[in-house]
Amino acid sequence: MDFDPVTLSRIQFGFLISFHIIFPAFTMGLAAWLAVLEGLRLATGDLIYRRVFEFWLKIFAVSFGMGVVTGIVMAFQFGANWGVLAERVGSIQGPLLGYESFTAFMLEASFLGVVLLGRDRVSPLFYFVACCLVALGTMLSSFWILANNSWMQVPVGHAVVDGKIVPADWREIVLGPVMMVRWPHMLLAAFLTTAMCVAATGAWYVLRDVHRPAARVMLHWGLGLAAVLVPIQILFGHENGLYVLKHQPAKFAAIEARWKTQQPASEVLVALPDQAQQKNLFAIEVPRLGSFIASGNWTAKEIGLETFPPEDRPPVFIPFWGFRIMVGMGLIMLGVSWLGNVLRWRRRLETSRWFLWITFLSFPTGFIAVLCGWYTAEVGRQPWVVYGLLRTKDAVTPSLTTSDVLLSLGIYGLVYAVLAGFGFLYIYKLLRRGPEEGAEPIPNATPSRPMAFADTAGSATGGRVDEGS
Amino acid sequence: MVDPSPLALFWAGVIALAIVAYVILDGFDIGVGVLFGTTRDEARRAEMMGSVAPFWDGNETWLVVVGASLFAAFPAAYAVLMGAFYMPVLLMLVGLIFRGVAFEFRYRSHRMRWLWDAGFAYGSTLVAFAQGAAVGAMMRGVPVENMQFAGGAFSWVHGFPVLTGIGLVLGYALLGACWMVLKTEGALQAWSYARIPWLVAGVFMILGLAFVWSLTIDPDAAQGARRLSGWGVAFPILSVLALLGVLLGARARRETVPMAMAAVFFVTAFLTLGVMFWPYMVPYAVTVGDAAAPDQALGFFLFAGVVVLPLIAVYTAGKYWIFRGKTDRGHVGVARGGR
Repeated sequence: MDFDPVTLSRIQFGFLISFHIIFPAFTMGLAAWLAVLEGLRLATGDLIYRRVFEFWLKIFAVSFGMGVVTGIVMAFQFGANWGVLAERVGSIQGPLLGYESFTAFMLEASFLGVVLLGRDRVSPLFYFVACCLVALGTMLSSFWILANNSWMQVPVGHAVVDGKIVPADWREIVLGPVMMVRWPHMLLAAFLTTAMCVAATGAWYVLRDVHRPAARVMLHWGLGLAAVLVPIQILFGHENGLYVLKHQPAKFAAIEARWKTQQPASEVLVALPDQAQQKNLFAIEVPRLGSFIASGNWTAKEIGLETFPPEDRPPVFIPFWGFRIMVGMGLIMLGVSWLGNVLRWRRRLETSRWFLWITFLSFPTGFIAVLCGWYTAEVGRQPWVVYGLLRTKDAVTPSLTTSDVLLSLGIYGLVYAVLAGFGFLYIYKLLRRGPEEGAEPIPNATPSRPMAFADTAGSATGGRVDEGS
Repeated sequence: MVDPSPLALFWAGVIALAIVAYVILDGFDIGVGVLFGTTRDEARRAEMMGSVAPFWDGNETWLVVVGASLFAAFPAAYAVLMGAFYMPVLLMLVGLIFRGVAFEFRYRSHRMRWLWDAGFAYGSTLVAFAQGAAVGAMMRGVPVENMQFAGGAFSWVHGFPVLTGIGLVLGYALLGACWMVLKTEGALQAWSYARIPWLVAGVFMILGLAFVWSLTIDPDAAQGARRLSGWGVAFPILSVLALLGVLLGARARRETVPMAMAAVFFVTAFLTLGVMFWPYMVPYAVTVGDAAAPDQALGFFLFAGVVVLPLIAVYTAGKYWIFRGKTDRGHVGVARGGR
């Protein structure tokens, strides 16, 4: 790997977007979770849902704030490092990403304010509706991001005029079939990420024997929602696999670490792919299973990377392992959530400490799956930035030098290390303290300063002694 | 050179308005940050921060509106400018991040307060300098080949942009002082009044120096000035008059006049730049028409301009209305528990 401006710009974009996606993914799931809790309270009148709601609202506020800060940086990345991309396809990507920014602000300007400030000023039903609209707003935000990315994966609805790629059919660009399987996949990933975090937090409290009534809600609902959502997610994951097979056969071959065309094709379970020699240094394979997975019969011919010219072959290591780790995380979620519901049915959920530990330790599964899924999608698309239309190496800002990008990457790394350090510590302190204590009202807080609503964990920022725990 | 379509003109107008809104709104809270670094008095610092706390990030919204609209409507200009100002944009973002988190973390911390204080003061100064330097570099012209920036990441570094960078630091500080005159009372208001004459003098001096500099040492920087003719000359004259208005308003202790006049100063200064740059979006290489996305894209994005944007504007105005009047000193976020 050469450390040229292209590679470094890719690393920089990957670093910044990885850091960013953690927060919106969590936020999207939390918004939906809050709507569920508020709905439950409205339906049952049980005040425990209110307490759990107020607790997760604080976490939501911090996560939303971190998402906004890291999102502003993203708004400038496309032009700064990918100038040719911005210039060539900006008339398609620009409006899509522009709508995302505007959607996020509209959300902040309207119903987020009601949810954060308006509990006592509006009717319970209106408050619930506001919660639902905030959840809908975060989903709409992700809609535009996925529309943009899906277009980069499978460009449709465009025309080429004077070397520039311009929009021809917006309906096809925004609502294409690929988008319609990728967006739900991301939504479900976000919901699952949050469901696992909620369940893990509940398990943590039960293990520590604190906040028992709230912990019970989190544990039961987190595991219950995950148990329902994982199978649906597997279905959409399968649909995503089919679009890759149909539109991006080279990516599919990379995910399968299939260098040579085979008939019947075997399925590589684990391997150590070697890009230079174009083969697997070590592999465990199941004969014929590869054909079945891709084509549904046991004897079909499946093409390998050798079919594609060398300059069109994606790297194999990251898509291969990214995909496997993502699937592995999905299977862990499936196992934990279903086992948890079996235990719940036998009324042993809250007494099986070994299981509570497993649930607690599986809190990052959703985040890992989201990141690995995106790495698979993005690295597997290489060497293209817009599949089949524009190569990544041709998309970088031509004026950038290696030292420019090294410098910016170093500065971003340093700044984000500080930001991450305090941000994560802050969320951890909030989680650790738990749902019992109310937040003090913060002076001059407005809906656009969501973090101010989460002010209970002073020591996270190197300040007050945390007397609560 | 392509003539801009009506849609392209509409979007150019929207972006121009958004820039003006951004410069005045975020300008005053960045300016308060710059002035924050010039005092060590804890009570004063807390009050200064409290005076902008409800507003600052709504103000920053307009920066994202500018960025997003530029990418959507003028992708070629977005690409060239982001490439040309790779380093200033990076510095600006770093500054924005640090001063942004300072608002959230400062009053909760004791041991780490020095860090957030430094983040607020230096972050604000860095943002102002980076923006000012970028404007100065634009006045010198941006080299473009094949619709891409054709210079280096540090070609903006020159005497003239450094001068305009310092100028904007002082200009924002002036806006900040005028804001505090408007929003605070007692000791802090008096302190702010006292700073206005010095800041006016500083801005005036930098403007004069920049003028002389461009005429004598740096002919590239004079390109813009040479494009000012006829009625266009009215704007810089109005700018100077507005600057005098700030001074007189402060002398007469009229609370609202300095802020209003400072806003007029920034509007006329922006219009001066507009006359210098028109019809270029990237001076003096890419015109508004050249940079515009095709009408299919501009039309698709129109909804954002005619529905969403006014909504954001109403929201901004609403927030200023809710927090109108003097900042409540009992609630400015003075650290609880004391040192």
